[in-house]
Amino acid sequence: MRFLRIAWLVLRKDVAIELRSYEILSTTLFFAVACVAIFSFAFVREGQAPVDAAAGILWIAIAFSGTLALGRTFERERYGETLKALLLAPAPRPAIYLGKLLGIVALLFATEVIVVPMVAFLFSAPFFSRPGLLVALLGLGTIGYAAVGTLFAAMLVRARTRDVMLPILLYPITIPVIIAGVRGTSALLASPVDEPVAMLWIGLLSFFDVVFVTLSLWTFEPLMTE
Amino acid sequence: MSFDFDRVELSDLSRHFGRRKAVARVSLSLSAGDILGLLGPNGAGKSTLLGMLATLVAPTSGRVTYGGVNASERGQEIRARIGVLAHELHLYPELTARQNLEFFASLHGLADGTMVQTALESAALGDRGEDQVASFSRGMRQRLALERCLLHRPRLVLLDEPFTGLDDRAVRIVADRIRRIASEGAIVVLATHDLDVADGLITRMAVVRAGKLLTDAAIGSGVRQQYRALVESA
Amino acid sequence: MVMRKLFVPMLVITAAMFAYSPIAIANAPYESTMRLVQKIFYYHFPAWMALTVSVTVCTVASAVYLFKGNARADRIAAAAAEITVIFGLFGLVSGSLWGRKAWGVWWQWDARLTMAFLLELIFFGYILVRNYGGPGAEKLAAAMGIFGGATAPFVYKSVDWWRTVHPKTSVMTTLGETSPQMWYVVWFCTFTILLFMGLLLAARIRLEEQRATLDRLYLEAED
Repeated sequence: MRFLRIAWLVLRKDVAIELRSYEILSTTLFFAVACVAIFSFAFVREGQAPVDAAAGILWIAIAFSGTLALGRTFERERYGETLKALLLAPAPRPAIYLGKLLGIVALLFATEVIVVPMVAFLFSAPFFSRPGLLVALLGLGTIGYAAVGTLFAAMLVRARTRDVMLPILLYPITIPVIIAGVRGTSALLASPVDEPVAMLWIGLLSFFDVVFVTLSLWTFEPLMTE
Repeated sequence: MSFDFDRVELSDLSRHFGRRKAVARVSLSLSAGDILGLLGPNGAGKSTLLGMLATLVAPTSGRVTYGGVNASERGQEIRARIGVLAHELHLYPELTARQNLEFFASLHGLADGTMVQTALESAALGDRGEDQVASFSRGMRQRLALERCLLHRPRLVLLDEPFTGLDDRAVRIVADRIRRIASEGAIVVLATHDLDVADGLITRMAVVRAGKLLTDAAIGSGVRQQYRALVESA
Repeated sequence: MVMRKLFVPMLVITAAMFAYSPIAIANAPYESTMRLVQKIFYYHFPAWMALTVSVTVCTVASAVYLFKGNARADRIAAAAAEITVIFGLFGLVSGSLWGRKAWGVWWQWDARLTMAFLLELIFFGYILVRNYGGPGAEKLAAAMGIFGGATAPFVYKSVDWWRTVHPKTSVMTTLGETSPQMWYVVWFCTFTILLFMGLLLAARIRLEEQRATLDRLYLEAED
């Protein structure tokens, strides 16, 4: 109980800070939109984009803007070394990780609420034909990506090269999430909707999430002790 | 309070970073009421030593025990009795003074509004509680940070350069506050290179240089002379 | 200590096996469709076996280092990560040569090639973070080792579902029946390469150990 309470306190604190300025949310969102625009130019031919491209562009936008959100969120904890203050709390240290993870996930969900309809609109992609499956794919994919990202961003806080290191470490590890997200989402775009294939990827994502959240909770304490 | 201690022992404590010895074989024993001045030039290993006392840095060898207990055994309970004020102030500038105090109080499992108000008043910020920390001067932040680290009435108080950026009046306020908590039974470790402030405040002087402990002795005043003598003879 | 005594005899044996392997490969029967290019397989498959072993070593050693703080485990992990990158590169090049003949293109986004490519990225990341991560980079690298090993099955599964052109693993099981001689040669080469990998690992660990000793001597000399 104390574990969840601490996680909740950290999450609530992060939300309170964000709601004062909306800085991370607005920059992340803007960056995601810019990504969508840039990748559109690569794929759109004669005013039309291949149907599959929408899924890829969506997940690239999520992954790239996710890195930005991770970097900024932990920059806030680095300024004033408040991350150390959190680690000094008389609480299980993994609870701090969980709180930060929930904050990042909330931020990315907020971004997706805008970006997904936007991609659907720009590419006439029928994302919402199976809303349940879409939510499952986005939810599980975001959690998996953020689970690894939060751990790595937290441990990179003390590295001078953190800005370059985060994408270098994070992208190769989270490739399965991106593949699963993209393939699962394109299955939704097929007509008729390829439900079994989408379910297959949802299964892989759930498994990934369980393994990586567990692994992160388990390694957080030794990783954060200098 | 479930767990408490009145002694902290550092035995043969070392921390290396590659070929650099941040802390080399330091042994010290601290007891309630001590105000230990950890003196030495920048880069002498003061911050690493404080980090190890705070359980944030793992020693390469040797150990720290809190009332005979190792931090790896009862980390949470030990951390509940430690208060740290570092050079970076451990405050969120985006939040108000009150929100900062309330957040850290709740992390420590304390949910008492009057305590936060008392802390604000001790920091002479009683009427600025609803203002963002970002709008505070360095001195105001420093006082707030000190109260933040004392909120949960820690037994072991670790202060890393707590006087930087303070004017003389503020220095006196902070020094008095440190004396008071020590008289109430806290163990205070004060890392600083400002000998004038340390003079008359600290009850013990530990001089570190290049990670090594040069001396550890009880002291009243005349810190500067003793420090000079030591560092020049070494 | 045992490692050091055994190192030279093992080196001689491995060298002899290496010297013999081209002869064994040349004497193995031609495969009917791939002809000469199939011979790549005799080094290609063993390289992947070596890679699998070194990834496992790196992951396990990283975990031991992180949880036990055992500096020796950290040195083993560092050595294994570098060897992973080397054998990964070897496998990618030999796989690419094979692909040129089999599929007519140098690079095919085939499941296992892609997987190898990604593993290569992960362990290259390990080396990067170790070298440029600043003080305490060993721990960051250890996290990369653990997560790299743990992510491998997911990479495998996702890439496998995503795209498959690669000959199935069943090649190895059916080979035993269709051509026992080819099968023997493959295993002979695998054994040779694994020995070679073990020697590289031992030499690399020894280098790390000597570096650690040097660091320790520096520290002692300061006293």
